[in-house]
Amino acid sequence: MNKVQTANKVSQQQLTDANGQQITCLRFAGDISSASKDAVVGTYQALDKAAHKRLLLDFKGVEYLNSSGIALVIQVLMEANKSGQTVAICGLTPHFTKVFTMVGITKYATLYSDETAALAAL
Amino acid sequence: MTVTSGSKVEVRLPSRLGFEKVAMSTAAGMAKLMGFSDDRIEDLKTAVAEACINAMEHGNQMNASIPVSVVLSMKANELEVKVMDNGTGMETPPPTPDIDRKMSGEEEARGMGMFLIQALVDEAEWVSGTGTDEQSFVRLVIRMNKENE
Repeated sequence: MNKVQTANKVSQQQLTDANGQQITCLRFAGDISSASKDAVVGTYQALDKAAHKRLLLDFKGVEYLNSSGIALVIQVLMEANKSGQTVAICGLTPHFTKVFTMVGITKYATLYSDETAALAAL
Repeated sequence: MTVTSGSKVEVRLPSRLGFEKVAMSTAAGMAKLMGFSDDRIEDLKTAVAEACINAMEHGNQMNASIPVSVVLSMKANELEVKVMDNGTGMETPPPTPDIDRKMSGEEEARGMGMFLIQALVDEAEWVSGTGTDEQSFVRLVIRMNKENE
């Protein structure tokens, strides 16, 4: 079957916050939808939870996000919460900042406008 | 270019995920012609995408040969979007999403589409059909200036 959804991509990078502490950044690109389970949940699950205690999910490169994609983010938050990991989110458009707030994600993850703001605050 | 109230566009999508973006782009294009603000267009895009996904998944059971019809009608200060499928509609609406219940695993992580639609547009109604000769549909209305209504 021909794919009609843009391939989603994820890359992983180790960042250092203002206090010199390590943060694992997962950068998403393309579509985040029901077809993105491997990219979002799979990439998260492949991380060693003990070695990656603080995570930053970066949505700057995301072109399309729907409620099924948001559900995958919630699944990551749920597993991270159980594992004692801290998750922050950055790079959302103003619209999706509003949507993430509406669905209550801000109760479990802090939203930052971009990576610089996140690293300064974390 | 003059945009006339009463202009109507119809899009027919195969019930295949990804094609909701065609309806989303069409709706955004029409709203832009009407002079909607960028933030209202973003609200509209998400609501239309979620309505189409629901129609494909729940209404047409992801049968790609059954189309989802989307009729977009320009009115004086608002855009009406009707998304039709061959399902029989909902028996009971899903509960309002509860992030705490989702995080504890008591509620599925999915199931936020209807909530988002209702939160983002000015009017949303779901009408059940018979699934054969009478289609089910959701009718959305989004106005140019939500805060003024």
